Amino acid sequence: MISVGHYLAVSAVLFTLGVLGIFINRKNIIVILMAIELILLAVNINLVAFSAALNDLVGQVFAMFVLTVAAGEAAIGLAILVIYFRGRGTIAVDDANRMKG
Amino acid sequence: MIQLFAFYLFATIVIASAAMVIFARNPVHSVMWLILAFFNAAGLMLLAGAEFIAMLLVIVYVGAVAVLFLFVVMMLDIDFAELRAGFVRYLPLGALVAIILAAELIFAVGAWSAGGVDLAARAAPAVTDKSNIQQIGELLYTRYIFLFEAAGIVLLVAMIGAIVLTHRQRGGVRTQNISKQNQRRPQDATRLVDPGVGQGMEL
Repeated sequence: MISVGHYLAVSAVLFTLGVLGIFINRKNIIVILMAIELILLAVNINLVAFSAALNDLVGQVFAMFVLTVAAGEAAIGLAILVIYFRGRGTIAVDDANRMKG
Repeated sequence: MIQLFAFYLFATIVIASAAMVIFARNPVHSVMWLILAFFNAAGLMLLAGAEFIAMLLVIVYVGAVAVLFLFVVMMLDIDFAELRAGFVRYLPLGALVAIILAAELIFAVGAWSAGGVDLAARAAPAVTDKSNIQQIGELLYTRYIFLFEAAGIVLLVAMIGAIVLTHRQRGGVRTQNISKQNQRRPQDATRLVDPGVGQGMEL
């Protein structure tokens, strides 16, 4: 039978792949945003798995809030990407230093 | 038995397509693999009994977020070959961090299954005589109503922010001025002249 450990393993692999994606696609901010979506998906799988295992609905409610924040984050991130591309003509972000940070 | 088969099918495809998202050469292909990963994650959540979250995942992620990514990838004229230049150089560091992270996660799961973590009492136990979406609705509109409204405000701020950031006032565009068109009268626009023969016209 499927246990919560199965779900945790899938979620851990997905999370690790998301972090790896941020590192290896350091220049391409579109793929970085997609990797962040993968990380949030891993978190959601974790929440739902524990919600089912503990027979507690709060996990699913919070998975919905994580989904909301992920949608807002993608919208703002892509808007920033569009104005960055308009100003620079490229989306290589590994040398972004406009704010001199 | 069929659940176990479905679980391994969904899990394999979700992990394989997640790997393809980060390793694909073309970001358009990355978005397509991302859509596949979301569909299969929705299948995993269906297996866990969370029907509402699974449907939400398909609607919000596949219907909105992935299509937004697709629009941006296709609208911007980007040289993607140039962006992949540092791929091999960053791979060792990324792999190192990923391996450390995976080891930590496995360690945490091991500690949890060994009984090292004492979970708190249930906040909202699920009951069997109501459907999943009905239970979530009853919880969301009573105990978590303020969090629900806060989520709405987050979405409103994201929408206004995205519009303000990308809106562009274009100068030098000739648009239609309807009130000016309606105020135009024949006596302002035309003139009756009676030119003499051979004298020409002055407009």
